Amino acid sequence: MSRKNLQPFIPLFSVLFALGAGSVIIAATGNSPAEVYLRMFRSTFGSGYGFGQVLFRSTTLVLTGLAVALPFKLRLFNVGAEGQLLMGSFAAAICGIALPTDIHPVLGTSSALVAAMAAGSLWALSAGWLKVRYGVNEVISTIMLNFIAQGITGYLLTNLFAVHSTVHTPTMVPGTLLPGLDSLFGLDWHSPANLSTIIAIGMSGASALLLYRTRYGYTMIAAGLNPQAARHAGIDTDARILGTMAMGGALAGLGAGNLVLGYRHWFEAGLTSGAGFMGIAVALLAGAHPLGILLSALLFGWLDYGGLTVNTMVPKELFMIVQAMTILAIISFPAMFRKRLRQ
Amino acid sequence: MGTSKPAIGLSGVSKSFGAFKANDDVSLSIAQGEIHAVVGENGAGKSTLSNILYGLLRPDAGSIEIEGRPVSFSSPRQAIRAGIGMVHQHFMLVPTLTAAENIILGSEQAGLFAPLPITRLEREIAELSHRHGLGIDPRARVSGLSVGEQQRVEILKLLYRKAKILILDEPTAVLSPPETEKLFATLRSLAAEGRSILLITHKLDEVLGVSDSVSVMRRGRLVGSMPTSFATKEKLARMMVGREVLLRIDNPPQQPGIAVLSVKHLDYAGPDGRKRLQDLTLAVRAGEVYGIAGVEGNGQSELLSLLWGTWDRHARVSGSIELAGRPILGLHPSEIASMGVSMIPEDRLKSAVVKEFGIEENLLFGRHRETGYHRGIGFDREKLRRDAERLTGEYDIRYSGARNPSLASLSGGNQQKLVLAREMERPAMQLLVLAQPTRGVDIGAIELIHRRIVESRKRGTAIILISSELEEIIALSTRIGCLFEGGIRREFSEEEVRSGRLEESGFEKEIGLHIT
Repeated sequence: MSRKNLQPFIPLFSVLFALGAGSVIIAATGNSPAEVYLRMFRSTFGSGYGFGQVLFRSTTLVLTGLAVALPFKLRLFNVGAEGQLLMGSFAAAICGIALPTDIHPVLGTSSALVAAMAAGSLWALSAGWLKVRYGVNEVISTIMLNFIAQGITGYLLTNLFAVHSTVHTPTMVPGTLLPGLDSLFGLDWHSPANLSTIIAIGMSGASALLLYRTRYGYTMIAAGLNPQAARHAGIDTDARILGTMAMGGALAGLGAGNLVLGYRHWFEAGLTSGAGFMGIAVALLAGAHPLGILLSALLFGWLDYGGLTVNTMVPKELFMIVQAMTILAIISFPAMFRKRLRQ
Repeated sequence: MGTSKPAIGLSGVSKSFGAFKANDDVSLSIAQGEIHAVVGENGAGKSTLSNILYGLLRPDAGSIEIEGRPVSFSSPRQAIRAGIGMVHQHFMLVPTLTAAENIILGSEQAGLFAPLPITRLEREIAELSHRHGLGIDPRARVSGLSVGEQQRVEILKLLYRKAKILILDEPTAVLSPPETEKLFATLRSLAAEGRSILLITHKLDEVLGVSDSVSVMRRGRLVGSMPTSFATKEKLARMMVGREVLLRIDNPPQQPGIAVLSVKHLDYAGPDGRKRLQDLTLAVRAGEVYGIAGVEGNGQSELLSLLWGTWDRHARVSGSIELAGRPILGLHPSEIASMGVSMIPEDRLKSAVVKEFGIEENLLFGRHRETGYHRGIGFDREKLRRDAERLTGEYDIRYSGARNPSLASLSGGNQQKLVLAREMERPAMQLLVLAQPTRGVDIGAIELIHRRIVESRKRGTAIILISSELEEIIALSTRIGCLFEGGIRREFSEEEVRSGRLEESGFEKEIGLHIT
């Protein structure tokens, strides 16, 4: 089989490799890998609550994954989904306490979501602007913007908005919240999964549509593959960089819909639990394909929550190792295959 | 000399990449003191053959003998030790080091941490350079040398390593006509001293001018070898392509129409302050090909970027460019294209195509703003498919395998034909700017491209042709401007060009005088 035929299976190989390596470590801790994985499987896909938890975690990852994947098409590495998600979440929470208590749900939720997207978008856009205007590497600027976002939200939370002797903002008004999947579909899961899951799936479809079926997407992809030729063809590559960063940031900000509007109903310290960073891994595993991100987010969501359910048998840190190894494998496998075939 | 063993003997050399046979049972013998040219179209296997000789590739089958001794190289280091040296098309020099430092790089003759006896080495190199008439100052920094000088540094490097067999891969691609002459003189004197030279090229004039014998490759096979005295241009072209080729297309005179492009007193100073264009003035009428002859780096790139609106906005520019009376200086490529200007840039892979895209997406590239291709929020895929089918037929764009393959899978000539098809089909085109339209393109494809250019001129397009191939300029142009240091130094009128065509080598020399 030639390398070309193997290429599509590299993500699969990487996941299997990482799970295999995880098994070895589980065995080294004195447990049976089969037992651990089986229990993980049962407690996630075997119960409504568990499955809802997986969906909930995956939902944020879909959005932050898209936030990384879209700029990736323009060869921009948006490491700042975390900061964009933080800013979005904070903006949503503030919007949710500022609006009148009797606001209509459609108006309330949409304004909170727009606030979240705008905040995330502006945050990413500032990195895009630095890149276009001054040639600042977006990796550095988005990392720095992550720190700044952490600082700003942390400061504003403790000094201005936190409810006395807590680390969270007041609860948002009811009209700004998103309904859970339970109430939407009459389920009995009691999980944090909410309408955002459907929004995220829609966003993934919309991103795929944008990239592969619109004129804008065509120019985006061209600008990413060969910027010089794109400029020659009259495509404003700077405008594409700004536009794509703005969209990516908005998608990361939309993650607030899941975490804040759909689940916590307030902003709190440590709310994102690194979902923005995990989005990088999600996008890499999916090869930055918007639809592939649904699957890779599901895998990472599963490892995330599944790891918690077997915490009594093996430390959940182990699954962080598995997640990280998947990414290392996916990056190094193509080169390994190439080498093998050249000989 | 005639009785000694051949310097190089190849027999039955084969090399495949996957299913593709790059070299198929190639047998070749090169005598000592001989300049042997290997010609062939792109992808005929010339580079593979030289890479095998130089130890960069291992043959799948066959044997190599150097001066009668069988050898098997697994790295260039072994080939160098056996006396083989190669000058690559793209030089392997470190620009921040001096000529001498580059020459001794890799054979320092000193311990890893021991000091270099640099003054002694410089003296040796200066002597070597003087003996072969190469005129290289060992202490000159390579970044400050001209392309021709850099090439001589590469040759000096081989001589310093006492190479007896020199492989030169397309050595004249980057040289001006006088530099080419100088290179050939050097090669002849090296051969006279008993060194053997393998010259890889696709320029038939050079083959006839400098080589002792010539071999022709086609699709991985060596289709024939002969003493150069038996070869003619037509014969070699036929062997390369495998059919009759029209080397000189028919170019009848025609009454030019209205002025389409008018460039006046154009100055361009780059962001670094260097003047690239100085008081450049030229005018092109409808139904006219204005050829711009010149050595690369005399302002061609800057002129192109101004015509197409892609110039560096930090540069200082004055003067005017008008298209049918409307100023276009300062407009963007999309605006200029929409006024009916088409452009084939110098470097197609860098500027004209996206190699990961398919044929269809590339035919759309740069013309994606035309509403005829729009449907809903996307493109009219059906129309695109039909157009691609029609144009691949009309422009003889050949590809294998599935529908709409990626552009990277096409040969250079077919890629260029695709760019030509796209640009020539632009609706209401009035100006066509061509830069090096046949660079890296096979003879067969050159014929088609030249025919299309003449046809387009007959239909009344105004055409600017920038090319480093004088032959091409002379064959296609109505008038010729000689570009030197950013200005038109001499313009040949229609009558002059027409009579120059009758006595071509003299005309080439005359143009050569005005561009150097």
